[in-house]
Amino acid sequence: MRFLLFLGQRLALTVPTLLMLSVLVFALQHLLPGDPALALAGEDMDPDVVAEIRHRYGFDLPIWHQYWNWLLAALQGDLGMSLRNSMSVVQLLLGKLGITLQLAVASMVLALVIGIPLGVLAAARPGSFASLAASGFALSGISVPHFWLGIMLVLAFSVNLNWFPSSGYTPFAEDPGRWAMGLVLPAFVLGTGIAGVLMRHTRSAMLQALGSDYIRTARAKGLREQRVVLKHALRNALVPVVTLGAIEFGQLLSGAVLTEQIFSIPGFGKLLVDGVLYRDYAVVQGLVLVSALLFIAASLVADILYFVINPRLRS
Amino acid sequence: MASAALAGTLQPAADGRLRRVLRRLRRQPASLVAGGIILAFIIIALAAPWVAPQDPLASSFLQVRKPPSAAHWLGTDEVGRDVFSRLIWGARTSMLAGLIPVLVALSISLPLGLLSGYGGGWIDMVLMRVVDAMLAIPFLIIAIALAAFLGPDIWNAMLAIGIAALPIFVRLARAAAMSVRAEDYVEATRSIGSSPLRIAVRHILPNMLPPLLVQTSVMAASAIIAEASLSFLGLGQQPPAPSWGSMLNAAQRHMAAAPWMAIAPGCAIFLLVISLNLFGDGLRDALDPKRG
Repeated sequence: MRFLLFLGQRLALTVPTLLMLSVLVFALQHLLPGDPALALAGEDMDPDVVAEIRHRYGFDLPIWHQYWNWLLAALQGDLGMSLRNSMSVVQLLLGKLGITLQLAVASMVLALVIGIPLGVLAAARPGSFASLAASGFALSGISVPHFWLGIMLVLAFSVNLNWFPSSGYTPFAEDPGRWAMGLVLPAFVLGTGIAGVLMRHTRSAMLQALGSDYIRTARAKGLREQRVVLKHALRNALVPVVTLGAIEFGQLLSGAVLTEQIFSIPGFGKLLVDGVLYRDYAVVQGLVLVSALLFIAASLVADILYFVINPRLRS
Repeated sequence: MASAALAGTLQPAADGRLRRVLRRLRRQPASLVAGGIILAFIIIALAAPWVAPQDPLASSFLQVRKPPSAAHWLGTDEVGRDVFSRLIWGARTSMLAGLIPVLVALSISLPLGLLSGYGGGWIDMVLMRVVDAMLAIPFLIIAIALAAFLGPDIWNAMLAIGIAALPIFVRLARAAAMSVRAEDYVEATRSIGSSPLRIAVRHILPNMLPPLLVQTSVMAASAIIAEASLSFLGLGQQPPAPSWGSMLNAAQRHMAAAPWMAIAPGCAIFLLVISLNLFGDGLRDALDPKRG
C-alpha cells in the first residue's frame, strides 16, 4: 500500500516534466534559422512548393496550434517521417534501440564489475598503493575522451593485434561469437567512464559506512574484517550506488553516440549522427525525445529500487 | 550608509575565506600540479603565434603524413601540416571551449537561480520543471541536437554546450541562493531595512559563487570534451582551422597509416581534462568547511 502511494506520487511528478520536455523538443525545430518550410523544401525554392509544404506541415497555423497538433501526434506514436529514407521516425528508432540497449547493458555490466570492487578496495585500504591506483583509474576513466579511447583501442587491438573486429555489428542470431567479440571494445570504452563514477561513489559510501556505529559493533563482536567490509558495510553502501547506477544507465545513451560512430555500430547514436549530417531534423528531434524518455524511465526505476532496497523507507 | 556598514561587518570576511581556501589548496600537491598544468595550457594558448614553430595552416604535398622527426616533432597530417603547431593553435579552441560555455551557463543561471531560490513562488515552480525536463535529455545529445539546429560553427557549438550545461548550474545556483538566504547576516540586513533587490544583488549573489566555482572547473572539463566531440562530428570548429576534436576527426581516417595524428590531440585533451577534474576535486575539498 505504502509502495503504491509512493509510486503514484512519483508518477504524478513526472507529468509536468514530460509536458515541459515536449515543449522543449517541439521548440527545437524553431531554432532552425529562417522558415522551416524553406529548410524542408531544400534546393527546390519554387514558392508554390514552399507554400504547399508550409500548409502540409501546418507551419501556417499559430504556434500554439502547431504545438498541440505535434503533441497529439506524438502521443499517438507519430513523430513524423524521416526525410532521408521516408520511414516513420518511430519505426526507425525502434529498429535501432535494441542494438544500443545491448551495448548499454554490456557497458553497464562491465562498469559494475570494475567500479564497485575498486571502490570497496579503495575504501577498505585507504592510503595504500591499491587505493591510489584505483582512484587514479577512476579519475582517468572520467577524464578520457571516450571517442579517442575508442580510436586508440581499435589501433592497438584491431589494427595491430587483430584480436577484435575494428567495426561493425553482427546480430546474435547470426553468429554469437562474433556478436560478443564485436561488443567487447565498445562496451569497454563506454564502461570505463561509468566505472569511474561508480568507483568514486562506492568509495565514499563505503568510507561513510565503515565509520558508522554498527561497523564498530560488528568489529567489537570479533567478526573477521573481510566479513565486516563485504557483508555489513557494502550492503548499506550499495543503496545509493544502485540509484546512481540506474541514472548512469540513462546517461549511457549520450556516450553511445560517439562510440557507435567510432565502431560503426548501427544503433541509436549512429542514427543521431546521420540525422545531423543529412539534416534529417525529424529524426534528431525524435531521438532527443526518446533519449529523454529513457532517462526519465531510468530515474523512475532508480527511485523504485531505492524504495525497495532501503528498509528505512519501507517500514 | 550606516546600514551598509553594519551589513558589511555582519558578512563573513571574503578575504579571510579566500586565504583559508588557498592555504588548504596548497596542502594538496596533486591539485597544485593540476593547477600548474592548466596555467601552462592557458599560457600556450595565449602565446600560440610565438610558440608554434610553423604555420598551422601551411600544407605541403611533399610532407604528407610524415612520422615525427626533428623538423616535425609530432609528425605531419594528411595534407602535410605540422601536427605540433596545430596542437598549439588548437589549444586556443579548447581553452575557449572550456571558458565560453561556462560563462554562458553562469551568466544565465545566476540571475535565474537567484530569482528561483530567493524569489520562490510560481516562477520557482515553473523554472524547476523546465530544468527537470532539460536535465532529462543527456548532456551530449542536447548539445549535438542544438548545434545541429543552430548550424555547424564553433561559436554555435559553444553556445549549444553552454545551454546544455545550464540546468545543472540553475539547480546549483538556486540551492546556493536558498542556503545563503537562510544565513544570519542576510536576516540581519533585512531587519535593518535593506530592500529585497539590494539584499539579492549585494549580499546573496556574491555568496552564491563559491559552490558554483567547483562546478565551473568540472563543467569546463566536460565542455572541453563536448567541444572535441562536436568538432569530431564536424559540428564545431570548421576546417582548416585547428581544434583537437577536428584533428581527431581527420586522424580517424588515417589511423593505420598515421597513428601519430590521433595520439597527440587525444593526449592533450586527456591531460587538460584530468587536470581540471583534479583541480575541481581539490577546490571542493578546500571549500568544504567540514574538511581540513
